Amino acid sequence: MKNENLYKYILGIADNNLILGQRLGELCGHGPSLETDIACTNISLDLLGQVRSYFQYAALIANNESSEDDIAMLRPEREYVNILLVEQPNTDFAYTMAKQFLFDAYHYLFIQKLQSSKDETLSAIANKAIKEVSYHYRFSSDWIKRLGDGTEESHDRIQNAINDLWTYTNELFSQTEADKAMIAEGIGVDTVVFKEDYYNKVSEVLKEATLEIPESKYFQKGGKEGIHTEHLGHLLSELQYMQRTYPNMKW
Amino acid sequence: MSEAQIKDSRTEHSRSLEAQFEARIARDEKIEPKDWMPEKYRKTHIRQMSQHAHSEIVGALPEGNWITRAPSLRRKVALLAKIQDEIGHGLYLYSATETLGITRNELFEQLHTGKAKYSSIFNYPAVTWADMGAIGWLVDGAAIINQVALCGASFGPYARAMVRICKEESFHQRQGYEILLTLTKGTQEQKDMAQDALNRWWWPSLMMFGPTDDESPNTAQSMKWKLKRKTNDELRQQFVDQTVPQAELIGLTIPDSDLKWNETKKGYNFGDINWDEFWQVVKGHGPCNKERMKARISAWNKGQWVRDAAMAHAEKQQSKNLNKAV
Repeated sequence: MKNENLYKYILGIADNNLILGQRLGELCGHGPSLETDIACTNISLDLLGQVRSYFQYAALIANNESSEDDIAMLRPEREYVNILLVEQPNTDFAYTMAKQFLFDAYHYLFIQKLQSSKDETLSAIANKAIKEVSYHYRFSSDWIKRLGDGTEESHDRIQNAINDLWTYTNELFSQTEADKAMIAEGIGVDTVVFKEDYYNKVSEVLKEATLEIPESKYFQKGGKEGIHTEHLGHLLSELQYMQRTYPNMKW
Repeated sequence: MSEAQIKDSRTEHSRSLEAQFEARIARDEKIEPKDWMPEKYRKTHIRQMSQHAHSEIVGALPEGNWITRAPSLRRKVALLAKIQDEIGHGLYLYSATETLGITRNELFEQLHTGKAKYSSIFNYPAVTWADMGAIGWLVDGAAIINQVALCGASFGPYARAMVRICKEESFHQRQGYEILLTLTKGTQEQKDMAQDALNRWWWPSLMMFGPTDDESPNTAQSMKWKLKRKTNDELRQQFVDQTVPQAELIGLTIPDSDLKWNETKKGYNFGDINWDEFWQVVKGHGPCNKERMKARISAWNKGQWVRDAAMAHAEKQQSKNLNKAV
């Protein structure tokens, strides 16, 4: 492939959206209130809409007759390069929101920078996504504050969720060879530059939510290299079900 | 004035209000939440509007069952958007019902205890992807026929809700039809999947219009109040006449050997509906009644601590703001 690094770079961005969007989709119709139900479905819709733009572009670069759906639904598990955070199960509304918040804070900073990518398509996708992503961040950070500074039960639940998921945050800033190559070309975003900003932003919200900032220095990684937690395979078995059961058909 | 005289004058007053009310309905004027209305009118509207709202929310479940397995990204996004619309309709209708002096929590309570009903169609399982097409085409199609008739309902908030909801539903119907159209243009397996979905959803869709006119006790009063503009049988006939040519167009066969064009009535004759099955499902013994209720109740119970937290937080914020103001 001519632009292999660019192709891999796009997958690195879009797989996070795909897997998180899929997770949120599991909740549709089961939310704690109609308003949150609609909001979570809406966020899933935004993320998957962005995925379509990324994968259509990736399919164009691959230039091998693969489609957005082939890329989304027909790769083996080891070829998905999303970070471990987004594949974590929904467990309860606290986990769902903690996961969303820890991702959204990153996603917002990332998309902001991607707007000035030298690659016109990526920059255009980012320009369209920025409004959506800033809403996601506002929604999830508001819920962190509500749950943290709500009742004793909600405080404990959200604190536990943050503590458990914290271990996956550092991976947001790890860089693959393709990432480095794209950063060097001015196409990719150097995430290390806003790592401190990220933790400051997150800590500020946690403080306002009367929550403790986890002190653990032990982090998990592997997703970007295709080594996932055991949760991903099950998620993929649903995501890929139709394409695998009825190959080569139009839907 | 004696007690008897006071009572008499009150009765007379309410009679005159009722007469004015009936006259407004006859003039096709809209009744608004703050207007005087007979207690039975209020109750009937709470029953029907909340039943409609519950149907939107429960209806999200069979379709939600396919979000994670939708066959393409495009279909997944469209399905998410559709279900989001449906839940939005629910929210809108609950709010409209609240104008009649009942809370959303009370309405949920009625749903969870089985006091309130929802459309029985959602007690059938969505077992294949083609069901997403059949639900959109047939179920939303039948719903539109019911709802277009309601755009002229006498209660203002309900009539206005219907206008908006009908627009979105008609988009959903086309989307569902397009899912089936794509399948019928596909492989034999896909065609079979589409036909199988039609076979399973056809009869339950006809049941959506409710019992036959002579078995429908509320129809006369509802027609008088313009809560209903056409009878169940009229609407059902309209649905059959509209849907049969659509099925033919995409090469699907309606599963009814008695279906035949009747030149005299300019409509189709169709076979007998299995009313035993209808009543079995209405009474709570359909294939998914228990599961649907379990899912709704579980979502509600599991969400209790979240709603409590939101309330507690809002109160804290309010008292902080008050302190600042002082």
